[in-house]
Amino acid sequence: MLRLGRGLYRHRWLLTRRTVQIVILLAFIVAIPGYGKIAEGNLASSLWFGELKLTDPFILLQTFFAGSTIALPALIGALIVGGFYAFLAGRLYCSWVCPINLITDLAYWLRKRLHIKGNMSLSRSLRYWVLALALALSFLGGTLAWEMINPITRFQRELVWFSFSGAMLLGALFLFDLLVSRRAWCGHLCPVGAFYGLLGRYGRLKVTATPTESCDTVGCSRCVTVCPEPHVLAPVVSKQAQSVTSGDCTRCGACLDECHEGTLSMKLDLVGMVTRKAGK
Amino acid sequence: MAEDKQHNIGKLEDPAKRETFRNVFKRFGVVLVGTIVGQSMILSRPSRAAEALRPPGALPDLDFDSACVRCGLCVEDCPYDILKLASWADPAPQGTPYFVAREEPCRMCKDIPCAKACPTGALDRHMTDIKKADMGVAVLVDHETCLNYKGMTCSICWRVCPIRDEAITLEPIQSEKGRLLIPTVHSDTCTGCGTCEKHCVLSEAAIRVLPRELGLGLSGRNSVGRS
Repeated sequence: MLRLGRGLYRHRWLLTRRTVQIVILLAFIVAIPGYGKIAEGNLASSLWFGELKLTDPFILLQTFFAGSTIALPALIGALIVGGFYAFLAGRLYCSWVCPINLITDLAYWLRKRLHIKGNMSLSRSLRYWVLALALALSFLGGTLAWEMINPITRFQRELVWFSFSGAMLLGALFLFDLLVSRRAWCGHLCPVGAFYGLLGRYGRLKVTATPTESCDTVGCSRCVTVCPEPHVLAPVVSKQAQSVTSGDCTRCGACLDECHEGTLSMKLDLVGMVTRKAGK
Repeated sequence: MAEDKQHNIGKLEDPAKRETFRNVFKRFGVVLVGTIVGQSMILSRPSRAAEALRPPGALPDLDFDSACVRCGLCVEDCPYDILKLASWADPAPQGTPYFVAREEPCRMCKDIPCAKACPTGALDRHMTDIKKADMGVAVLVDHETCLNYKGMTCSICWRVCPIRDEAITLEPIQSEKGRLLIPTVHSDTCTGCGTCEKHCVLSEAAIRVLPRELGLGLSGRNSVGRS
C-alpha cells in the first residue's frame, strides 16, 4: 500500500497529465447517456458543454493566411485559447492536451525499453521552418496547408469518425519516433508546438528552482535526463537562471517527478510579470 | 588585378564567412525544396469531385477550402448523419464535410443545424431559409434511360422532390411515342438536396445533382468557340 502510494507520488505529474489528456480526448468521443458529448468537433474547433466555443489559433491563422475573412465565433474562440496559453505557458498544449503526445511518449518509452540507440539528429529549430512553411504554403495555396498533414486533428477524426484510411500517417510517425530519431516529432518537427512555444514565450507558469546546495553535493542531473526538451533546463542547472524561461518547455512535469531533492517546483510567477513591466 | 584576385581568395577562405555562406545557402535550399514539394502537394491534392456535395450555405469551392477549419461540428449537428468528413481516400479535400446524394441526400432541415454550427463562416450560419440553399443543381443527365422519356410515367423524381412543382415540374410534350411527361428542373428553385437522385429507380440515376457550374449552361457568347 505504502509502495503504491509512493509510486503514485513519484509519478504525480505524469499521472495528472495523462488523466487530463485522456479526459480531454474522451470528452470528444464518449456520449454520456441523457446528456450527449461534453465536447463536439475536434481540437481545430470545438463546442464545450453546448456553450463554450473554442478554436485553435494556429489553424485560424492558417485560414487567415489562406485568404479567408475570420468569423466572429472562431475569433473569440481563438482569443480564449490563445489568451490562456499566452498567459500560462504555450506548450502546455503539447504535454497536457495534444493526443499525439500519447503516441510519441509511447514511442520514446519503447525506445528506451528496447535500447534503441540509433538516432538521426535533427535541429530543434526545424519546427520553426516547418511553421513558416505551413503559413507560406497556406498563403500560396489558398488552403490550410498544415491541415493536410496535421496528425492531431487527424487522430481525432480517425477516432471520432472511425475512418481509418489516414491511420498510416500516425503509424509512420510512431515508427519514425521509435526507430529513426529520438523525440523527433514533438521536439523537432511539429509546427503546432513551435507556434504554441512562440505564443506562450512569456507564460507565467514556470519550473522554478529554489536555491539549494543539494544539487551540487549529490551531483545529480536526472531532471535533464528525463526532460523532453533538455536544453531548457540547462540555465537552471548551471545556476544562471532561477526558472525555466524557454518557450520550448512543455511544463510536462517530468523533471518535478524525477527531482527528489525538492529543488524544482512549478510556480505561477505573477510577480515577474509586474516587475518586468516596471523594468520596462 | 592579380593582387585583387588574391584578396578575393583570401576573403572566401575565411572559415567563418564560409560557414555563414554555407548556412545561408542551406536554409535557402531547405525553404526552396520545402516550398516546391509543399506547393506541388497542394496543387495536386484531390479537389472536390462532382458527386461530393457541400452542406447547405457553403461558400464557393476555393473560399470554402480556405475558410473551413475541418472541425466537423456541422457533421455532428446533422440529425440524419448524412454529412461526412473526408479522409485521405475520399473525393473531397481532407477533413472537409461532404455528402453523396445517391447514398443519402440532404433532408433540408428547416432550422439548418449544420450551417448554424459552423464557427468560421465556411457555412453561412446566418442563413434562415433552407430553400435558398445552393448545394448544386439537379440535372436530368440521361434521356435514353429515363423512364418518363420512354413513355412510362415513373415521375419518382418529381414525387419525392421536397419543393415539388417548383424545383421539378412535369412538362408534357408530344412525340412519336405519344404524350410524354418530362421531369424538368428549375435551377432557380432547386437547392441540390439530391432527393431525386437518391430515389431514381434506375441502377444508375438518370437525374443527378451537379455543381452549378457543371450542371448549367449560360447564355451569351462562347469566347473560346467560334469567333
